[in-house]
Amino acid sequence: MSFNLHDSYRKMNEGDVLLAYKGSITTELITNVLEVVESKLDDIKTASAVRKRVYNVLVESLQNLYHHIDEIPEDIKGKFDRRFGVLVVSREGDAYRISTGNFVRAGRVKQLKDKIDKINSLSREELKDMYKFVLNHQKLSAKGGGGLGLIDIAKKTGNKMNYIFHNYDGNFSFFNLNVFVSDSQN
Amino acid sequence: MKPIIIEGTPKTPSVRFDALQGIIDIKGRSIPENSIEFYKPLVDWLEQYSAEPAPKTNVNIHLEYFNTSSSKCILDVFKKLEAIHKAKNDVVVNWYYEEDDEDMLEAGEDYESIIRIPFKMIELED
Repeated sequence: MSFNLHDSYRKMNEGDVLLAYKGSITTELITNVLEVVESKLDDIKTASAVRKRVYNVLVESLQNLYHHIDEIPEDIKGKFDRRFGVLVVSREGDAYRISTGNFVRAGRVKQLKDKIDKINSLSREELKDMYKFVLNHQKLSAKGGGGLGLIDIAKKTGNKMNYIFHNYDGNFSFFNLNVFVSDSQN
Repeated sequence: MKPIIIEGTPKTPSVRFDALQGIIDIKGRSIPENSIEFYKPLVDWLEQYSAEPAPKTNVNIHLEYFNTSSSKCILDVFKKLEAIHKAKNDVVVNWYYEEDDEDMLEAGEDYESIIRIPFKMIELED
């Protein structure tokens, strides 16, 4: 097998880690993670604007995970929780890195790639317009997702998102998304 | 109409909707995973309120954080208020943001550009 989750998780854990988690992504977990990260950020001398941004981007990253990890490969159902996901918050250079990982169906990979590439290609003004358009025109899904998470992350961080899809088997890929909140930004 | 009074939680804001006084307050954090669950009763209340609104409705939005799921629901709240305003009632939105919170100011301006109600941006000093 080409993809090894433990190697991937180890890579995500490189550097100065504030918090690392792999397991079930539930509403309780999200509440706990937010509480922990918020108190850690309070202890670090970080400008309040940056702290708020990290918090906001973390909320969107976690809730993106929460809304999108409803499917897991058959053969790993026994090994992992049904709502398996990975989160690592760390320092990298002069930025906070929020790294998430989850399994996605092979059929969704292209669509997701295209969406991220598209968002990465937009200027700040274009992102603002896209955000407003989607806000005003797209309905919320039954689960409460609005298709705005990635746009909001790109808009708030001002940085390109970086991603890797690791082929797991023919049917599933493991999607690792990295977003960066810089200490100084526009 | 019975007022709505809800205490805030780490993920949901405190709410005070008072028809008699024409006060709509939402304050705190709005970051629930499923925002519809939280906002639907508020939007329903406003629907009823729009039948017989106070002569002047003061809307105070003072959020520290809100997620994108809430952003849609907040827009729904504003759309109800816009209808009240359109029916020739006085409606004013006071959008509060903390000093230096450019993102929150920008969020308010985004709503202001979509919704036809007068907005007042109010910066709060630390």
